[in-house]
Amino acid sequence: MVARLTRLSEIDRASVPFAVDGQDVTGLAGDTIMIAMLAHRQTLRSSEFGPEKRAGFCLMGACQDCWVWTEEGSRLRACSTTVEPGMRLLSQPPEGWIW
Amino acid sequence: MSNVLIIGAGPAGIRAAEALVNAGLRPTIVDEADKAGGQIYRRPPEGFKRCVKSLYGSEATKAEALHTTFDRMVESDQVDHLTQSSVVSLRDGSAVILTSDTLTQLTYDKVIIATGASDRVMPVPGWQNAGVFSLGGTQIALKARGVALGQQVLLAGSGPLLTLVGDSLIKAGADVVAVLDTAPLRSQIRAGLSMFLSRPLFTLRGIKMRLALGRRYHAGVRHLRVQAEDTGVTAMSWQTAFGQQKRTTCDAIGMGWHLLADTQLADLAGAKFSWSRHWSQWLPVTDDLGRAAEHTYIAGDGLQILGADAAEIAGRLAATACLQDLGHVAIPDRRDIRRLARFRRFAIAMARAFPWPNDQLQAVPDKTIVCRCEGIKKADIAATVKRVGPNINRVKSTCRPGMGRCQGRYCQVAVTSIIADQTRASPDAIGRLRTQPPVRPIPVSAALDA
Repeated sequence: MVARLTRLSEIDRASVPFAVDGQDVTGLAGDTIMIAMLAHRQTLRSSEFGPEKRAGFCLMGACQDCWVWTEEGSRLRACSTTVEPGMRLLSQPPEGWIW
Repeated sequence: MSNVLIIGAGPAGIRAAEALVNAGLRPTIVDEADKAGGQIYRRPPEGFKRCVKSLYGSEATKAEALHTTFDRMVESDQVDHLTQSSVVSLRDGSAVILTSDTLTQLTYDKVIIATGASDRVMPVPGWQNAGVFSLGGTQIALKARGVALGQQVLLAGSGPLLTLVGDSLIKAGADVVAVLDTAPLRSQIRAGLSMFLSRPLFTLRGIKMRLALGRRYHAGVRHLRVQAEDTGVTAMSWQTAFGQQKRTTCDAIGMGWHLLADTQLADLAGAKFSWSRHWSQWLPVTDDLGRAAEHTYIAGDGLQILGADAAEIAGRLAATACLQDLGHVAIPDRRDIRRLARFRRFAIAMARAFPWPNDQLQAVPDKTIVCRCEGIKKADIAATVKRVGPNINRVKSTCRPGMGRCQGRYCQVAVTSIIADQTRASPDAIGRLRTQPPVRPIPVSAALDA
């Protein structure tokens, strides 16, 4: 998939391996989950009310539009959670997730 | 020793903390970021290497001074700094704080609320699609993360941030395809003179930045429409001030119309509000120093949208009021009060220069989504108003704008404008969205454990 974002600076950082929807990818140390994911794909999640996909909006923890999930079943705010090595993330709620 | 809680570690919160520490207190300062600085002076994470000059431009000295002041207080244990923590509720001397899925309670004698502001956004058709971000978010991505949120970035909206973000993105090497300002040039020129008279250097700096945008910048733009496919935005269609139809290809859009004060905690703390016609929003009412309610003080953009320089002053003044009420001898600096009044004149002129585009909002099609959280359309709101009357809280409880996860942060101004336009009711009659705790979503498990 094509990256959404362009890294303009600060590219001299250690790489952080993680997975999104079962696919192994890498981010850079200090990236938020949002940045690390959007460096590999266009979107973070689907809107649960509309047909459209979402890629976050405010980046300051106010809009809550960047929620993603871990395979273990917890929900994370992608714009304000730092990506950690070995994280296994999902762009859709895990099976059995109840809103 | 008295227990003072400061919420927000931006320019206002930091200066308030400094004043309290100088008086011998040890305040607790709660902030959502991992490092103090606030949004405008936000600091990148460890290991990032850009220098302060490239991060903050002309404001580098101020940013560095604030950061140093705060870090020194933390190092010498003069403040208790709770990072990555949100105050989710505030009542009767007790605050509930969320730190990574855990809730704790903190009692306080006085609280200084310095929660700042977020983007005031106008819904435009298609803005719910992936790749549309707030202008502030676009700036955070660049400043704190070193990224542009697309390959071809388009900026739309109005206000000082529009020019500032455009200028910083271009300097950082991003491809900025257009900067579309809904403010007509004539309102900018008319109010520009008052801006220049109250803050000449600041105004000139803004003009210089604007000129650097060159042919990318367009004033008086109308009919913004976001075009998108499944993976996100593909273009913005728009009309020039002269009525010419345009379409600009882009894969990311940053949009914002000036700022909206973050007042939810002030509301929970019992502050009174009044409708500000200058800023087209409800703002808390305080005395000159920031006293809002018993034991409650407000400073910075969460009180009035005056910007970072004014926030530093307001933080100091709020701390002064707090100290007075704690029985200390504390005298506000007269120069601070005079400068704050000057900044206020400037900010009001600026709000006139870059007005909330009410007529454009009324012209968006009925099927435009107004509430991003739950996909509520303009037509849904209009139909509800017909049934329940011009009252925002009734519209909220019937049709749900303001009940989604952002708690109305990004739709309340638009919903108020839509109700007002439809019914000709005054903002006082329409009312203000009541704040309900928690002001951030909390996991049920955290509430059960608490």
